Amino acid sequence: MGSTEVVIEAKGLTKKFEDFTAVDNIDFKVYKGECIGFLGPNGAGKTTTVRMIYCFLPPTKGELNVAGLSVQTQCREIKSIVGVAPQEDNLDPDFSVIKNLTVYARYFDIPKDIALKRADAQLKFFQLEEKREVPIMALSTGMKRRLIFARALLNQPQILLLDEPTTGLDPQARHLVWDEVRHLKKQQVTIILTTHYMDEAEVLCDRILIVDKGKIIEEGSPAQLVRKHIGEDVLELDYDEKLLSTLKESFPDARIEKLGDRMQIFTDKPHGVFEGFLKEHPVQNVMIRKANVEDVFLKLTGRGLREE
Amino acid sequence: MSNPNIRKSPARFTIPKLTYRVWMVWRRNFDVFMKTIKVNFLPSLLEPIIYLTAFGFGLGGFIPNINGKPYINFLAPALVAIAIMNGSFFECTFASYVRMYFQKTFDAIVATPVSVEEVVAGELLWGATRSMINATIVLAVIALFGLVTSPLFLLVIPIAFFGGLLFASIAMCFTAIAPNIDFFNYPSFLFITPMLFLAGTFFPLTSPTLPSAAQVIAMAILPLTHIVNVTRWITTSSVEPIFGLSPGPLMAISLTWLVGATVFFFVLAINLMRKRLTS
Repeated sequence: MGSTEVVIEAKGLTKKFEDFTAVDNIDFKVYKGECIGFLGPNGAGKTTTVRMIYCFLPPTKGELNVAGLSVQTQCREIKSIVGVAPQEDNLDPDFSVIKNLTVYARYFDIPKDIALKRADAQLKFFQLEEKREVPIMALSTGMKRRLIFARALLNQPQILLLDEPTTGLDPQARHLVWDEVRHLKKQQVTIILTTHYMDEAEVLCDRILIVDKGKIIEEGSPAQLVRKHIGEDVLELDYDEKLLSTLKESFPDARIEKLGDRMQIFTDKPHGVFEGFLKEHPVQNVMIRKANVEDVFLKLTGRGLREE
Repeated sequence: MSNPNIRKSPARFTIPKLTYRVWMVWRRNFDVFMKTIKVNFLPSLLEPIIYLTAFGFGLGGFIPNINGKPYINFLAPALVAIAIMNGSFFECTFASYVRMYFQKTFDAIVATPVSVEEVVAGELLWGATRSMINATIVLAVIALFGLVTSPLFLLVIPIAFFGGLLFASIAMCFTAIAPNIDFFNYPSFLFITPMLFLAGTFFPLTSPTLPSAAQVIAMAILPLTHIVNVTRWITTSSVEPIFGLSPGPLMAISLTWLVGATVFFFVLAINLMRKRLTS
């Protein structure tokens, strides 16, 4: 954090697929050593943006520079310093776990002995040592995700692209991935992460870009976003019409949302404001919690379900 | 501010830029092949033996000599040519499609410094290698049966590689446009099977009961005809006089046709695949 060296810069970046605009004229900068989170509903354009960064897809319009190199003309140089952990499983089912890593390292021109050393170190860290000789088919979803992450680190990337790295992982494996992300951040690796898990973005990311329908609709640090859009505390209680009108009187500026048979009250008043109210109006089944990025996300992108 | 270098259309037709990284892709397929080498060898070994037994010894017993030699001597070089065709065609249709679509192997490789063009070229060179391996096995079989009579026979190996590259390239063009894997039934039954029988393989195109248009069509549009001409000449020192041509001019025509078609389809295949994979 705090570096002013721009590592990734997009200007007017656009990607169209026939009539559909997946990424719509976006601008963003990523600084060295930063961990940036792309948050958005399905189909928001997160994966398409990531794919343009590693030259998988050419932009339709606009500029995109990675480490000072243009994705239009310098793909080979970009790809040699970028590590990619894609969302889908594209491990090689024709090879064992270790061979997946050594064959992948070969594409980077990494000499065999170094590749083997790095591969074994990664297997150790991601607790896959016992699976070294096992075919890919025999791995669980979580193991495959870890192996994909391990594979992305073989070329010791300066920039790491993690497209939903923890989807399908159990809490233990998730924390393993988080530890590795923090460790890489300490080594000044720049990380771009897409995720559906708001707690993950909150914990790992220095900055969050919320994207929807191909546009960046908000950006800032997790704390900034929560303060700006939600406030400090959220009151959650059972829906009750009488109580609702009382709440409206007590908190005229608050935003109140009804969710099924519950309601949530968001206010920008300082911490502790709800406790007083509850003393006067004791109710059952009530919760005061800290506002979080998920509240911001749902406020900005709405609650409607998105299809892929 | 717009970038002057912007690629307006990624599908623009270009001569592919290739580096040594092509061989990394080739090597990946070679490593898989070596893992399952026993399964790979058996069919290539058995198929020519079955053909020789059924058509050469079986059917051949009822057929008068062709060019003064037993029918089996006429048939044997065509089996080498068929191995060249089948080896790379099936590798670069079904097998490449599985790697591209189901296994997403190409997607994984293009995230490394290897380019899309190099992935496709590596697949094509691997297809050519499969043809070379299969043709060499068939060559050994027909040699054991005493059916190789030309000292030039070792030229089969490089010819099989370059002939294989042609069929690999044609196959990859189909792979680039295939909406699903069942699509390959069309080229298999409408292109490969007719060629298997109509390219001067099992009977001479100069047969008096065939219309002479058969020779023209086979020479003009069936690549296997030219492979058959060349393999027949380099394994037995004789070749049918299509259009009444003597071996020298006929070899010149066939080799020119093959080189031209290979260059054309190689470049086309890479361009079509790039279009498919990057849009």
